[in-house]
This record gives sequence, C-alpha cells and structure tokens, in this order.
Amino acid sequence: MPTRLARKLAADEFVITAEVAPPHGCDLSAFLRSATCVAPHVDAVNVTDNQGANMRMTPLAAAALLVREGIEPIMQLTCRDRNRLGLQSELLGAASLGVHNILALTGDDIGCGDHRQGRAVFDLDSVLLLQTIAAMNAGQDMNGTVLSGATSFFAGAAAAPEVEPFVATRPKLIKKVAAGAGFFQTQAVFSSAKLATFCAVVKPLGCAVIAGILVLRSAKMAEFINRNIPGLNVPDVVIERLRTASDPAAEGVAIATEMAVSCRDISAGIHLMTMGHDQLVPRIVAAIS
Amino acid sequence: MIVSTQKNIDQILTALDGGSRVFIVGCAKCATVCKSGGEEEVFGMQEELTVAGKEVTGTIVIDEACHILRTGRDLRSRREQVDLADFLLVLSCGAGIQSVAEACDKKVVAGTDSRFLGNIRRFGQFEQRCSLCGDCRLNETGGVCPVTVCAKGLLNGPCGGMQDGSCEVETDNRCAWVTIYERLERQQRSGQLDIATPARDYIHEAHPGSLKLEK
Repeated sequence: MPTRLARKLAADEFVITAEVAPPHGCDLSAFLRSATCVAPHVDAVNVTDNQGANMRMTPLAAAALLVREGIEPIMQLTCRDRNRLGLQSELLGAASLGVHNILALTGDDIGCGDHRQGRAVFDLDSVLLLQTIAAMNAGQDMNGTVLSGATSFFAGAAAAPEVEPFVATRPKLIKKVAAGAGFFQTQAVFSSAKLATFCAVVKPLGCAVIAGILVLRSAKMAEFINRNIPGLNVPDVVIERLRTASDPAAEGVAIATEMAVSCRDISAGIHLMTMGHDQLVPRIVAAIS
Repeated sequence: MIVSTQKNIDQILTALDGGSRVFIVGCAKCATVCKSGGEEEVFGMQEELTVAGKEVTGTIVIDEACHILRTGRDLRSRREQVDLADFLLVLSCGAGIQSVAEACDKKVVAGTDSRFLGNIRRFGQFEQRCSLCGDCRLNETGGVCPVTVCAKGLLNGPCGGMQDGSCEVETDNRCAWVTIYERLERQQRSGQLDIATPARDYIHEAHPGSLKLEK
C-alpha cells in the first residue's frame, strides 16, 4: 500500500513535511517530543541520517519508532557511512519495520562533522542508491539476486534549485528521476522565481517538488549557516532583512511564511526546516492554510 | 610521480631512538623532484642527525629506490657502511622504503610520508589527478577523473554541496563535475551525462596489486 506521502503527491494534494534529528545517545524522549509536536501538522517527518556528518542514532531505529507511534517517517539515507552491503541491509530492515519513504542522499563531507578523522565511504552515490531501491522494489538486490520479499519504497532525492551553475546539476536530476525518484525535497529556497524555474525543469520529468523552507532566527544564524552548512546559502537580501528587523526571530518566521505561501502555487509541497524550533511548525502551517 | 613529504625531525629522531649509527638512503627520482629525499635532502638530514648526536655511517641516493633488485645491489655495494649502522633511514616513497627493508635485515626507518600520485604544476607544486583505480573512465568524463578530483569520488554528477562551481570539501577547488560538464558541453557531448554510470567494481583496486608482463 502506498505511503500517505505517495498518495497525496499522486493526488496533487499539497504536502507538508518537517524534519527531526535522532539523538546523540540512546534516550529517545526529546526526539519523540519533537516528532509528536510537529506530526499533527505535517504529512510526514524526515528522520535525518548523521546530518552534517555528526554522529547520531541510526535513522532506521528512530524512524521505526515513529511508525510505532503512528507517525509517517521519511528515512534519510546517505552513502557516506555505509557501503553497498550496509545500505541494502539497512533498507531491508527499514522495509520490515514499516518505514517505506526513503530520501536517498549522497551525504555531507565527513570533514564538516564531529568525526573528521573518519573515512567516508561513498561506495554508491545517490543515483546508484535510488537504482538499488528500485531494484529492491522489483524484488532483487542491486546485483539482480532475488530477494525473499520485495520492498515497496517510495524514494525521493535532494535537489538544489538555487545552486549555480544549475545547468551542471541538471543531468544528475534527470538520472535521479530515471533511477526512480518520485519526489525531490529541495535545499532551502528563498526566491519563488528560482523555484518556479526549477519546477519547470523538473515537472516534465514526472517528479514532485517539495520546496525546502528554512526558518531563520537572526542574521548571525544565517551567516553561520552560510559558513558551515554545505548546500545552504542564505542570500544577502534575506540576511539584511533579518539584520534590520526589530524582532529578527519574528522576521525569520515572516520570511519563511511568505516563501511557504508562494510555494502553494509553484511546488507540490513544502519541507520545513526549523533547526530544532519545532514549535514554529504549527505556526507556519496555520499561516499558510 | 609519487609525491612524498619528509616527516619532521622529531618524529625521525624518535624512530631512531635506541641506536646512534645511521645509514641514510635517498632516491634520485620522485623524492628528488619533491625534495623529500634527493642529494640535497640526504645531505641536510646528515647534518641534522649529526647535530642531534648521531653518527652517519654513510649515505646513498639510489637511482630508483622502488626498483627492488637495484636497491639490493646498491646497498650491497656499501655493505661496510650499512653493516656499521643501527638503522637505515630511508628518504623515498613507501615503495622505496620497502625495497630497502627487503634488501637487508637492518632496522629500517621511514623518513617520509607518501602522499599521492601527482602531476607537476610547476616546480614545487603537485596535484593529484589519478588514484590508480584500475578502471579508467576518463573517456567518458572529458579527461577529468571524478574518482580523484571529486573529493567524494562521485560517479554521477555533483553533490548538493557544490556552490558557485566550487567544491564543498575544498572550496578553493573547482567542482570536478562542473568542470566535466563544461568540457563535455564544449565538445557537444554533455548529453552523455544523462545516463547513469554503474557502481564501481572494486576488484580493480584489490591489493597488493601485481602485474607480470607476458613475454
């Protein structure tokens, strides 16, 4: 049976997703608090995978817990920390525990995280991981050997609508869709014009676009993100707006809300990134609906 | 060429602890070009060791220290000096160091760290372009190796960290996949980038590698 995310996207219904990070330890209470705070307001919750190359609990365990709680997860899976055996066994484990939405990612550089001396794997990349998921859905492993039980994943991929030169990223987007990506969850977007251009490129490929909305709290936070988080780039005009605002946190919510509202006419959904401020999710969702 | 850099003198002296007599081996090829173990560096090391209270029983710069039989022969030609030494300090790449280790039973000390197979930009500037992966794909990528030049070794295009054409990992470097795209675009071959490259077969990188040419 298709996931709610898959069903809503197929029915052209606007979807809202948010994300929570598994704990750096085995106490899941804070994780669960975050997830239950955002879950009533979204269609699915992304569970990050050692995001920013910082060591956390495996998203498989955390996502399975969400399933148990009746919350639909999107399990993020990166190619940085596991080889092809590890990725496939993780996927089989996910399928067996009821985790069916997967966001297939390459993974941030290990040098930007908390275990910089470690060796990054990158045995597969995001395209090859998507192909592997498609093979498993067809009842085979990546080498074509038949599985005892096919998976039924709804796989997605990442995209960066505002990156330059965009044209150099286009072939990989095409490959991702050909490899079975049913949706793109994008990096943070700040320009509805750029998002519209991106959607015009991607829509003919037959893939839904869920636009990333980043909720900023201050100009300082935006500058920190620009310096330290790969793939995120807050434009100067947004930073200036935060800098000159009397209440920068409220301005950040206003910026995110404006972007989210404009997405309604452009993309298939939004993905809210509140950087741990889960209480903002209901506020922004209420504002756009 | 193999790019190597000399270990710092404290590391070398620590490794030489417990012996006072040292025979120094350099290499006339790569280690000379990257100034980690040529005539000049062997002489400099001799001076430093002498200052540190060591006795240098002799030195040699072998034409190609990676040549196992030649290294053995050259060391035999200096047998007296070698026999007097407690340690052989080798300033060459790891291949040369192991030729020396195979050629005699003396304790061998590595005085360098081997870094990469490097292209030479200009004197003293080296860049890694090839990882010796054993499965060359330069025909498909406009002559730019994604396995090496992409910091993540990705086969199917840039990662999400590319920004303004720069690499996520080393922002001073241009993204390998942007370079590949631009080259293939100029050659009107960019369409071939729409087809996924299969996963690598690491059998080509199994080690220790060996090759015997058939006669």
